[in-house]
Amino acid sequence: MMLLDDHRTLAVNATCDRLVVSMMAGQEQAQVSKINYSIQTEWMLAVRDDRDRRAFAQLFDHFAPRLKGVVARSGAPSAQVEDIVQDVMLTVWHKAHQFDPERAQVSSWIYQIARNRQIDILRRERRPLPEEIAQQAEDTTPDASQILGLEQETEKLKQALNKLKPAQREMVEKAYLGELSHTDIQAETGLPLGTIKSRIRLGLERLRHELKIIGTP
Amino acid sequence: MTGITHHIPDSLLIAYAAGTLPKPFALVVAAHVSLCDECRARLAAHEAAGGAIIEQSAPETISESLRDRVLDALDNPFDMPAPHPRQGVYPGPVMEALKGRPPKWKRIGMGNRQCIIDHGAEGSVRLLWIAPGQAVPDHGHNGLELTLVLQGAFEDETGHFGPGDLEIADADLEHTPIAAEGAPCICLAATDAALKFNSFLPRVLQPLFRI
Repeated sequence: MMLLDDHRTLAVNATCDRLVVSMMAGQEQAQVSKINYSIQTEWMLAVRDDRDRRAFAQLFDHFAPRLKGVVARSGAPSAQVEDIVQDVMLTVWHKAHQFDPERAQVSSWIYQIARNRQIDILRRERRPLPEEIAQQAEDTTPDASQILGLEQETEKLKQALNKLKPAQREMVEKAYLGELSHTDIQAETGLPLGTIKSRIRLGLERLRHELKIIGTP
Repeated sequence: MTGITHHIPDSLLIAYAAGTLPKPFALVVAAHVSLCDECRARLAAHEAAGGAIIEQSAPETISESLRDRVLDALDNPFDMPAPHPRQGVYPGPVMEALKGRPPKWKRIGMGNRQCIIDHGAEGSVRLLWIAPGQAVPDHGHNGLELTLVLQGAFEDETGHFGPGDLEIADADLEHTPIAAEGAPCICLAATDAALKFNSFLPRVLQPLFRI
């Protein structure tokens, strides 16, 4: 504990280099505490901000073996699976400046890149992509509560996925890994969209809020 | 863009996120998401579900050389084409599909115009220019049709569609969209099947116009 100039107490628990100061609403107290971002987010931020190759190697070791299975499942010829994984991971390295942990988890950002690159490579055409949101230049301070909020929601989403009955889980995986057409998804009554939607509702609110801030000139 | 009341259903958003949506529809989804924060957030949520599934999937053994290849290639030049920016009422992905050039309109009768962007085995996607107060010929659908309003508005049996609104029509819907008064109505329309027109003349002209 230490005293600030205006005699408010400041709790310091600085075991991490990422610190946040949050003013407690209604209380004259500022608190500095460690932020426990997920290890993947830490790696990705080190790649983005410091071009850290060791952190990238750790991202590779975590995601490449998983991507291999996922890419193979969505119908890529086996001879091309590792080429696609290679391309996805190199895109992660080169597009790292676009990673925004306030809007997407590392895994969802990589999911997006994997779908794009797989289509571009296998179909030799560019997949139509939404316009990027222009980041405001002055908006450089990361909003830690937003990042942590998204991480927590994603954690709950994972738990919800784990609680699905095996048949439902299978359908969800098929839908998101590209094994069902849009008409299949529409017709599939066993797809527990409600579960997914209720789990991501809060995260959605946060994202909407975030987009509103970004979208306001 | 505010005031959008007709959005993309989850089945299409998931198929877009998963990369299984035919390209004509994918263009309409990408264009709508460019205009609609609500659907951008919903798409991000579905991508979070996709990411969670990757995260939980079983790791496969990768070849030793793959790791070396990737780590050795970090400094190599990497081709990343710059996206096309929005131009006027045309969102970035539409400009991308138009290769950065403004649409070349062709007259299709009754004061209406079209510009075919893509036409292939998966279906077609075009821009439609409908004069104020003008009806698009009464037609039903063999498959799915997505119509995104970029400028002006149209109305049909199912409601009013203004800028950013997406209408979804399937085989069950027989509708007669009429462009609202004011600015000409410009739409991005995608189908996975040829439209069937109910009156004789358009049916004769159909192969000509590839509608």
